[in-house]
Amino acid sequence: MRRSMLFLPGNNPNMLINGNCLGADAVIFDLEDAVSPDEKDAARILVRNTMRYMDFRGCEIIVRINSIDTPYWKKDIDAILPYRPGLILLPKTGSAADVLEADAYLSQVEEALGLEKNTVGLMPLIETALGVENAFLIASATKRVKALFLGAEDLTADLQCKRTKEGREIEYARTRLVMAARAAGVEVYDTPFTDVNDDEGIVMDAAFAKSLGFSGKASISPRHVEVINRVFSPTLAEIDYAYEVMEAITRAKQQGKGAIALHGKMIDAPIVMRAQRTIAMAEELGLGREEEV
Amino acid sequence: MEILKRASAGTMESSDAYVEIEPGNGSIDITLESVVLKQFGDDICHTIQEVLAEQGVTSANVRVIDRGALECVLRARVETAVTRGKGDA
Repeated sequence: MRRSMLFLPGNNPNMLINGNCLGADAVIFDLEDAVSPDEKDAARILVRNTMRYMDFRGCEIIVRINSIDTPYWKKDIDAILPYRPGLILLPKTGSAADVLEADAYLSQVEEALGLEKNTVGLMPLIETALGVENAFLIASATKRVKALFLGAEDLTADLQCKRTKEGREIEYARTRLVMAARAAGVEVYDTPFTDVNDDEGIVMDAAFAKSLGFSGKASISPRHVEVINRVFSPTLAEIDYAYEVMEAITRAKQQGKGAIALHGKMIDAPIVMRAQRTIAMAEELGLGREEEV
Repeated sequence: MEILKRASAGTMESSDAYVEIEPGNGSIDITLESVVLKQFGDDICHTIQEVLAEQGVTSANVRVIDRGALECVLRARVETAVTRGKGDA
């Protein structure tokens, strides 16, 4: 479960070592944009040591490596793979060929480390027009791909348009990515909301992303984590309804009924699947039914 | 391989350490400034020596200004300074 994913600059010890105390389901140690070229070596060693020595139990570590058109990305993988990040975020992924190139090197390093192939998952960062147009091919390029991730800042620069709080300029990219990821059977995560002082804006932006089908949302500020977690968690009413659905299904089976209704609405397979997902998430979060609270 | 040139790593920010390294005269010479010098000075020096040994450094002058860095951070900054001093960065 990755409701929230918090970016942390890879060369900032104060933020890295406190990363698991900020409430995010996952943290993204950033070796790319947050690190200047002359500090890439320092950040790589610092991130590696943080993964090696710190206990981040309950908070998944994702690492954004440098893109495959730089001289850094293989060194990044060499340094971090022994410490098994939950996922590797691959920036500027524009095609399935980019994914396959990263996959081939990851497989090579996994083999050298005695790890099973695909031990470490890949999350392509889609932040170019080409990447958006190739989203399904990217998502389905290899089994190593576990999720797609939308990066709106670079994307809007590539689209030659202004990035706005309302986000109309990225609506197509958002829906396209959700469609591509779901068609490929992988998760999909939304771009950060970059105004850290706009408390209403983040709620609306996260809620909109959830309504489109995103699995969670990234953040560049610890201030946004709590809101994102709340938006992407099931409400007590939703949990309650999910249990009602499952109970209705059980009753129908006992009574030998094929079709059933709950509160006047037919319960079909998609509703049952959604109820199962809601219950699974609620159990993971330790949330109970409304009457139990 | 020994330290070939003067190099530095890290910052003076909280939770970090600033490390300077330069070619030595046949031994390891460590100068340490730290707000926790009295309590952890020996441990910090031991960690610095350990990283230098891991990196195969037997001759260097090292100056460390510690701003409350955890051991993993101190190790990272010393290793980075050594790598840069060897000309490997």
